[in-house]
Amino acid sequence: MIRRLVRFVDERSASAPLVKKTLRYLFPDHWTFLLGEVALYCFVILVATGTYLTFFFEPSIAHATYAGSVEQLRGLDVSRAYKSAVDISFKVKAGLLIRQTHHWAADVFVAAIILHLLRIFFTGAFRKPRDLTYYIGLTMLVLALLEGYLGYSMIDDLLSGMGLAIGYSVLMSVPFVGANLAALVWGGPFPGKQASESRLYVAHVLIFPVAIGALIGLHLLLVAARHHTQFRGRRKTQRKVVGVPAFPGQTPRSLGLALAVAAVLFLLGGLVQVNPIWLWGPYHIASGTNGAQPDWYLGWLIGALRLVPGFDWTIGRYTLVPNAFWGGVLFPGIVFMFLFLWPWAERRATGDRAFHNLLDRPRDRPWRTAIGAAMFAWVFLIFIAGAADRVYVLFGISYQAQIWVFRVVVWVVPIAALLLTKRLCDELRAREELQSRRSQAEHEAALASEPAA
Amino acid sequence: MTTLLLALAVAVPTAAAANGRSLYAENCLSCHGVAGQGVLSPSHARGVLGVRGLGPSLRGVGALSADFYLRTGYMPLIRPDVQPSRKRSPYSEAQIEALVSYVASLGGGPAIPTPHPERGSLSDGLSLFTASCAGCHQVVAEGGYVTDARVPPLEHDSPVRIAEAVRTGPYLMPRFSRTQISDRELNSIVAYVQGAKHPDDRGGWGLGHIGPVPEGLVTWFIAAVALVAICILIGGREKT
Amino acid sequence: MSGIGRWVAAGLVLLLGRLRRRPVLEPRERIVPPGTADRRAEWILVLLFVLAALSAAAFPVVYAVDAIPHQTQFLGLSLGLAFAFLAAASVLIGKRLIVTEELEEDYPPPEHPVEQEEIEQLVEESGDRFTRKRLIAISAGAAGAALGVAMITPAASLGPVFDVSPFFQTPWRRGRRLVDESGKPFRATDVFEETFYTAFPEGADREQLGAPLVVVRLSPGQLDLPDGRGGWAPGGILAYSKICTHAGCAVALYRKPLFPPTEPRPALVCPCHYSTFDPARGGKVLFGPAGRPLPQLPLAIDADGNLRAAGNFSGAIGPAWWGVRNRGAHS
Repeated sequence: MIRRLVRFVDERSASAPLVKKTLRYLFPDHWTFLLGEVALYCFVILVATGTYLTFFFEPSIAHATYAGSVEQLRGLDVSRAYKSAVDISFKVKAGLLIRQTHHWAADVFVAAIILHLLRIFFTGAFRKPRDLTYYIGLTMLVLALLEGYLGYSMIDDLLSGMGLAIGYSVLMSVPFVGANLAALVWGGPFPGKQASESRLYVAHVLIFPVAIGALIGLHLLLVAARHHTQFRGRRKTQRKVVGVPAFPGQTPRSLGLALAVAAVLFLLGGLVQVNPIWLWGPYHIASGTNGAQPDWYLGWLIGALRLVPGFDWTIGRYTLVPNAFWGGVLFPGIVFMFLFLWPWAERRATGDRAFHNLLDRPRDRPWRTAIGAAMFAWVFLIFIAGAADRVYVLFGISYQAQIWVFRVVVWVVPIAALLLTKRLCDELRAREELQSRRSQAEHEAALASEPAA
Repeated sequence: MTTLLLALAVAVPTAAAANGRSLYAENCLSCHGVAGQGVLSPSHARGVLGVRGLGPSLRGVGALSADFYLRTGYMPLIRPDVQPSRKRSPYSEAQIEALVSYVASLGGGPAIPTPHPERGSLSDGLSLFTASCAGCHQVVAEGGYVTDARVPPLEHDSPVRIAEAVRTGPYLMPRFSRTQISDRELNSIVAYVQGAKHPDDRGGWGLGHIGPVPEGLVTWFIAAVALVAICILIGGREKT
Repeated sequence: MSGIGRWVAAGLVLLLGRLRRRPVLEPRERIVPPGTADRRAEWILVLLFVLAALSAAAFPVVYAVDAIPHQTQFLGLSLGLAFAFLAAASVLIGKRLIVTEELEEDYPPPEHPVEQEEIEQLVEESGDRFTRKRLIAISAGAAGAALGVAMITPAASLGPVFDVSPFFQTPWRRGRRLVDESGKPFRATDVFEETFYTAFPEGADREQLGAPLVVVRLSPGQLDLPDGRGGWAPGGILAYSKICTHAGCAVALYRKPLFPPTEPRPALVCPCHYSTFDPARGGKVLFGPAGRPLPQLPLAIDADGNLRAAGNFSGAIGPAWWGVRNRGAHS
């Protein structure tokens, strides 16, 4: 039976040698290597659920009157986009499950990418020969953030419209050419031409997913071509890769993980409500709600937008740097610039241009670890600052006081994190060295005492 | 006992007003002045904890305002310069009634409103609430922030309390007259706010209806934690 | 009888012959090392598959029966649990029912110098016949670049690329009436202090940044408007663009003190990043990230007592950009 199948395929595709090689391809056996896989499976679920949603979603801001089962929306003037999204939730059977699973999958997708990125960064997995793989991964992170934002924005509920207005303003804030860029995207001043919704839509369901999918392919191809990295260990050296073969060892593991990702996402999709657009109501340019927030993965940007003190940088009658630029463009720009330039910067600083198949333990690269920790603390604190208004509502800590505290701590804490991490790494290493020296001495002492005995 | 006092208060309004006057003198006078005339600049009269009195006139605010402030626990306010916050009223039902009728007797003013949420429309309510209230109170009435003040969620407020707030404009809240929000529209707003206490959670666990912040917490503290645990279960751990 | 016997005998011989003819193989070398059976794990596996099947089978049932309450939750549970059981089954197989080998092999060599050289040689030799390499390269580059520009050109149709005048346009002009949500004009006498109103231009598209206004009334004595705005606020009625100058959200919050001696001054606030504007002082920024005051619209009261625009805004409306201070708003 197996033989017949294999023969059938081989005779037609001449693939037996390749399949044999693939089945015995070695996978790393360390849990942190599975984080990227989690992101991959989220993407698969995003594509599957997203495709389903496109069968029902109507990307149009033409007017419609809602007449469905949500009483508080009945008779309201809404856009067709909003109406169809609410209808997906309540008219299409299982639609709400798929919509919510799609949303959760997006939230988890970015979370998994970031965990994966942290592992890659702090273990030095981005070094030659895997720098290109790393750049592709970062590009996918940028695309994933934009893709999520587009999905959130095209539904045209109250939060989505407010988010879109902010996105428009951030684009407008780009020095010199902001208005031209915004005009290109929206076809004119916000909310733009009727076509702007189609533009968001086609970007969300075609351009970005295809780009991400293609980059995933490239990413995996490069990973497979150079094999995985590994921590130094028994048998694991710069030249020998150790691992579990794809078949049979890795297959049930990866399959199990894929199924577990699906399980978590569908359970969330069914049990935990996400983005209840029927509660937010439709967006109109003149309306707004307190506590409007983007999805979590853009929370760092709303934090930055809120922390910047109120000024536009002007030169005569021209506004060189509108305020939203600092938090909305410059801040993420610096963060991604840092991530993209780090491999090069580290090469410059250390002069290390060698080929690396072995990972570093974070403590063995104190400066990288410390700078990474500082950067992380910076972004994380600004992210937290984005929720200061909710903290005020829940815990009564004055918003203005929080903002002023954050304006200080986002600079102080990263510096403290830098110094502390550096110190911690150094001490860990010193302790290890001491220990190994002691055990070596004991060993020698034992050896020395033996002949005497 | 309460019912008896209530009955007494209703039956003998003059007695209640008299009772109210003495309650007022003990608890309110240091800030709101003699016979509700207000204290418009820091007075020498010291109230609780030795704080100098300062407070608006109560003449003409009517039973409506007094009822609202007393039943939300906004009054009595220990320090006149802080935002009043929700608390259990220190007064008994009868004492509140007495104070309310005393304040009403100071100079007329609107009576306690009787909204009819059952006559309102939820969708009108959502539109009106979004236009006039959601900016501060959040679209599902979960509360929020306005510069220098905290905006309370409306999860515990009865229809009467909502109607009173709309007509009074407590603290920094705007005051909406009948020309701006008619009684019919108010019914819809009240109906909407009552509905927002139990929103349509067909999606599952509602997460407090405040959008992406708790959703992000679920992403990290439930989904990411679960998936990392599964990764650790499936993958190996390095032996060093 | 004997015939049949002969047939049977012949068949047996043939069969035995076939059997004998099959080459006797050495037990072949295993690829995957052997492991012991684990009957308990197998039973658990079967149980997990049955549970997965049951969970998944519930999905179409829940889908079809509308009487089931909380349909979304049960659908999610059914699908989620089915995946969860399958995941558990898969992990069980991986941990207990297959042999997990730990193999090693050589990493691919860092580079392949021979092939690298061959590729280089291949390209170089292929170009042997070209004599004017530089010139050809330059002209081909020019062709490529020009074609690239040509292919990008249609993208310019996406928007007005160079014309930024739409960003200064608003539907307001002298004489245009202010109307409310339902299209009713605002009577000046119906505009009260201590509250705020949203107004729109009569007969114009409301879904544009320049349209919505926030209207408040302050006692004229409180006003401290910038120079040149005398008469912009008849009876203390002020109109500002409702679009925040920071990030384009609707300025949907109005705070007004009930008792000014102890409470903050009146302010218009945006709920996105809490930019706070002072209506008494021409929309000046009091707090938050906005870098520009809220543009003010001059008002007038017509003969019927209705509010009308007395001109266009004090500046361009909406979020800041390169040219936002360069010109005023126009209609």
